[in-house]
Amino acid sequence: MAEREQKKKVDQRDEVEADTLPAASESGEKLKSDMDDLLDEIDEVLETNAEDFVKSYIQKGGQ
Amino acid sequence: MSVPKTLGIETEYGIVLRGTDDPNPILASSLLINAYLADRDPTPNAPRVSWDFEDETPARDARGETPLHALAPEIETHMVNAVLTNGARYYVDHAHPEYSSPECADARSVLVHDRAGEEILVQSMASAGRVLRDGQEIVVYKNNSDGKGNSYGCHENYLMDRATPFGQIVQHGIAHFVTRQIFTGAGKVGTELPGMNRDEIGFQITQRADFFEEQVGLETTLKRPIINTRDEPHADARKYRRLHVIAGDANMSEVATYLKVGTTAIVLGMVEAGAITRPFVFADPVRVMQDVSFDLTLKKTVALDDDTRVRPVEVQRSLFEDATRFIESHGTDDVGGPVALDVMARWGHTLDLLETDPMELASTLDWVAKYRLLSAYSERHDLRWDDARLAAMDIQYHDMRPERCLARKVGLETIVSPNEVHAAMTRPPDDTRAYFRGECLRKWPDAIVAANWDSLVFDVGTDPLRRIPMMEPTRGTRAHVGTVLDECDTPLELLERLSG
Repeated sequence: MAEREQKKKVDQRDEVEADTLPAASESGEKLKSDMDDLLDEIDEVLETNAEDFVKSYIQKGGQ
Repeated sequence: MSVPKTLGIETEYGIVLRGTDDPNPILASSLLINAYLADRDPTPNAPRVSWDFEDETPARDARGETPLHALAPEIETHMVNAVLTNGARYYVDHAHPEYSSPECADARSVLVHDRAGEEILVQSMASAGRVLRDGQEIVVYKNNSDGKGNSYGCHENYLMDRATPFGQIVQHGIAHFVTRQIFTGAGKVGTELPGMNRDEIGFQITQRADFFEEQVGLETTLKRPIINTRDEPHADARKYRRLHVIAGDANMSEVATYLKVGTTAIVLGMVEAGAITRPFVFADPVRVMQDVSFDLTLKKTVALDDDTRVRPVEVQRSLFEDATRFIESHGTDDVGGPVALDVMARWGHTLDLLETDPMELASTLDWVAKYRLLSAYSERHDLRWDDARLAAMDIQYHDMRPERCLARKVGLETIVSPNEVHAAMTRPPDDTRAYFRGECLRKWPDAIVAANWDSLVFDVGTDPLRRIPMMEPTRGTRAHVGTVLDECDTPLELLERLSG
């Protein structure tokens, strides 16, 4: 694809993207506290140095 | 005319070797698989049934010719290539461990075997851990992207009637593959679309949409097409084609995997029967694939080639309504039997919630579960979407180590039982030719020198090698050959019974 064409496409996309992220809001208190518990729990297992981990996660392209 | 939708899933896993300066992924993949095989049968020089490449034609094109501009898929690097007693193939492809499920007869069976593949990878990591140096670890990830523009696939395969015009498959296949993303997507932080900055999109529905550049084509590793034309049926080519679908994400959610293959089997059955009443032809399908993936609200419309616009969920609703009528008139025999009825119920329910509030699907759809988790985390820590912690959680959602895997912690609904999954790690499905392959391998591993999807090669010592063709995917089931296999004590007896 010609570079200019790609660029144009991208510009068009920008307008569409303005409001795409919906609120993942929790309806009930129960759900909210479940999510709090989950966040506490996963804090224990999350990769400790996120930046290095993400940087070093490099894969060869496959199919 | 429709044919039974024999189907399967093949998954390339991401792989990391930690604790070394030279994390060669090909060697790591080989070590991972070899360690698993050695643990299954620790006797030195245990027989390893290897893959047989006779009859493989990955460069043949379903459009009838191989276009000059289409590069043939690159020759796969086959360092380790094993056939398992569950009928699956476990091997190194490119620089990834790949697990190809056995042929299955319905979506539930595929799900059981896809899950069995995951557990085989889990056991493989443990086996590898016992032979690696201190401080080293192999970790595999069931995702499709490294966030840096490199993608690896989760492909589906469906048996189809050779007589169905390929153009029909292209037209309706694109409509389904582009819009089913709203329930098959595994979710991804950022975008890798060429020409866009990674953080221009906070979060998108799929891992794969960024990597598609063509509507139709033969490639799988570059210029990926929405419809792949590889024409390699692994079955009687006069009767069948195998539709090789490369446009999906690898799913952690059982419901997502089940819906992905279950709805596709039904849609392809409808294509064969000419039962789709409203065709949807997009003005720019590749662009639509990406726009659908970028719109988490599912409210935006995409352009059809007649200048009208439609929401992706409306396309799915139309296919669902056609499917309801199709099953009433044609039954479910060719699209998964009673399982198809359950697929229909879940499909309808999922579309209802996608219409009203997609966030209600956090216990069944990967992208919703991941989005909900990452949103809550970023709210707690006041993060922007380009924060490395969210990118790390995105990858870790797919971490196959059970204690690290975030997908295992978010409360996803399950469909199949751990016992079924455990059994499927070593036992084939009863109701396809995988039964014959797997059972022969289990009973007589010493006598089988090679295997592939459509044949087994025996060496019984006295005769020249004997190839048993299995060109009918629906034959070789327990119902067909179970008694014969039970009654034969030696492979020679089996060969005599089969030729007699």
